[in-house]
Amino acid sequence: MAGRVAIVGLGVTAFRPVTPELSYRELMYDAAVKAYADAGIDPRTDVDSFVTSAEDFHEGTSIFDEYTPDQLGAALRPMHTITADGLNSVAAAHMQIATGAFDVIVVEAHSKASNVLTPEQITAYAMDPVYTRPLRLNPNVIAGLEMGRFLEESRATREQCAMVCVKNRRNALANPLAAYGADSALAEVLDAPPAFAPLSEADIAQHADGAVVLVLASEERARRLKGTPVWIRGVGWCSDTPSLETREWGQAAYARTAREMAYRMAGIRNPRRQVHLAEVDDTFSYKELQHVEALGFCRRGQAGVMVEAGATGLGGELPVNVSGGSLGIGSAHEATGLLKLAELVTQLRGQAGARQVKGARVGVAQSWKGIPHASGAVVVLGGE
Amino acid sequence: MGLRNVAVVGAGMTKFMRRALETGREMSSEASRMALDSCGLTLDDVGCVVVGTAPDAFDGVHMKGEWLADGAGGWRKPVMRGYVGGGTGVFSPIQGWYHVASGLFDVCLVVCEEKMSTCRPHPQGAFVTIFDHTTERALMPNLLWIFALEMQRYMATYGISERDIARVAVKNKRNGLDHPCTQVGADITVDDVMNSATMAWPVKRLDVSPTSDGAVAMVLASEEVARRITDKPVWVQGVGWSLDTQYWTNRDLAYPTYLEKAARMAYDMAGVTEPRKQINIVEPYDPFDYKELHHLEGLQLAPKGGAPQLVVDGVTERTGDMPCSPSGGLLGVGNPIAAAGLMKVSEIFWQLRGEAGARQVPGTPTRGLAQAWGDLMQVGTVIVLGTEPNKP
Repeated sequence: MAGRVAIVGLGVTAFRPVTPELSYRELMYDAAVKAYADAGIDPRTDVDSFVTSAEDFHEGTSIFDEYTPDQLGAALRPMHTITADGLNSVAAAHMQIATGAFDVIVVEAHSKASNVLTPEQITAYAMDPVYTRPLRLNPNVIAGLEMGRFLEESRATREQCAMVCVKNRRNALANPLAAYGADSALAEVLDAPPAFAPLSEADIAQHADGAVVLVLASEERARRLKGTPVWIRGVGWCSDTPSLETREWGQAAYARTAREMAYRMAGIRNPRRQVHLAEVDDTFSYKELQHVEALGFCRRGQAGVMVEAGATGLGGELPVNVSGGSLGIGSAHEATGLLKLAELVTQLRGQAGARQVKGARVGVAQSWKGIPHASGAVVVLGGE
Repeated sequence: MGLRNVAVVGAGMTKFMRRALETGREMSSEASRMALDSCGLTLDDVGCVVVGTAPDAFDGVHMKGEWLADGAGGWRKPVMRGYVGGGTGVFSPIQGWYHVASGLFDVCLVVCEEKMSTCRPHPQGAFVTIFDHTTERALMPNLLWIFALEMQRYMATYGISERDIARVAVKNKRNGLDHPCTQVGADITVDDVMNSATMAWPVKRLDVSPTSDGAVAMVLASEEVARRITDKPVWVQGVGWSLDTQYWTNRDLAYPTYLEKAARMAYDMAGVTEPRKQINIVEPYDPFDYKELHHLEGLQLAPKGGAPQLVVDGVTERTGDMPCSPSGGLLGVGNPIAAAGLMKVSEIFWQLRGEAGARQVPGTPTRGLAQAWGDLMQVGTVIVLGTEPNKP
């Protein structure tokens, strides 16, 4: 196995519901400048390869990678896009460094979700064009069905899902980058109007705009850069079938399989004990519970009990989404996973201020591709 | 080069044509099965899958990589879709290389698919959406127009004639006749090209490759696995890619600098110091006939403005000193975008193994190169394959 890979630079813009004064290029530039300053590198001379993350239909531009080089300082350099969440791009960059042929790689992901005026109609284009799209369903109905199945199998309750909303939005109040921080009562969340029952409007993360840029480096190079490196201990990613008809609905098989790969690489056998905090996908409140189970932090059916007991709160046994998660920061297209990774980097550096998890040395970030798909990625980070 | 050598051990491809009755998932499945069968592996042996496909707008399927994943063999496996527009077909095996060279995986299945026929009335409609939404899209540009600008700039800079360029179309379409998967192999003359309808001067209908549907798959393996399952592994010796600025209007279109950068990266990795002498077969990207010439120059296989003379001298014929597009290329086989790029890599694989049948070049070639190009005349992707692995 090749040498270790570190995160040596981090740049994050604030995430906001709308950014009419900034284009996606300016958001990317803003995050990139911060990341390069953080790592102490010049993108024109010190970077061997660039990896961006984007889906054409989210951008409203085909072959979107055309528009990525200039604002990152990457013109005439090795550069490619991954059409998946930023955590998959981190895995791609990790592999490139692990070959031994690259030392420093920049990873970027952004969201300009406010440009998408009809997000549900765009998501509908991800449905199978032969089997399911002709039904002309709002694609979020899949989340309602999946939530129903998950609650049935895990015996978690709607109240426990609402507790996830309360926890994450409250955590976001301590995160200056978050757009949807709120101090709401459980009853308020439970009284929200139904969207796709049992899913209510409060269970759905709202979109936000922003960008995240990370600088990754080989161990040798990381040791020579100015900051304290945070190490990538493991990466894993997995796609379950895109067919709604044949996939597992109650559990997140994709997260479980990705977790097995990442934990194997990281040498994690007892996640509850060896991991100090987790940032998991919470595009919908129930997804946090489903993912906490899939990541092996509890037995099946216990994630709801954990949130109810406060075990996943700040100060709890295993803080989950202390950043505020997507429910509190905002759901950010392909940048969603990188936001979670950015939180782990900040925590492991001990720079998280009021939301600092004490003694955090190992963290897990996890992403989900989103409706209607069953795929995702897991990254394990650690200090020295 | 990386710590581990990576070999190509199998490949398979569907016929290129209008395949109205099959979905992209079905074509991906067909090509994947052929590639795995060709090296005696099954999906259980596959550690990860790389999916390559060009714009989602062709199929009108958002997150197309996910949709294709299980058809390509990626059920409950690590699946990744990298993307560099038209350069994707050669970039996908580069991605496969880094999956295996990283040490994370031993066997990677690379699957490239394109289905353009679903885009009605013509995929050019989808291509409008690749232009800058503020400065260019309002002009309703067409890809043929910008390639006509580039072709014209290339001709004007070096004093190249349309007839000299047309020789590439004649050669590649004739080569394509020997390819079992061909859509447009044909025996034509330079006059046929000159007399075909002008689409955007100087581009004429026969200067252009056709839209197509098809899929190609390739199996990459670590040295240990490759040596166990085949006597004839073909080694990935070098890879390179480079993406230029989005502002194509600010570039000198006469010369593809991005391709020179990508080629030099691949040559460095492969230890190639004199490409014209050390590379025996070339599959340069030829969606238009002038592009084969343009690319040979960017690849340092011909002096600037000197590629047309190589064609005149017969150097690039299948029987010549440096066969170019012996498969028939995009002009002779067809151009289902990402699949066409991987078809070129597969051709080098088959040629180096001596399995190219009627297309086999004479002699015993030991090193070949495949290249693709894409985005807004902006990206070069290069892979060098050879019969010997790199020295550690």
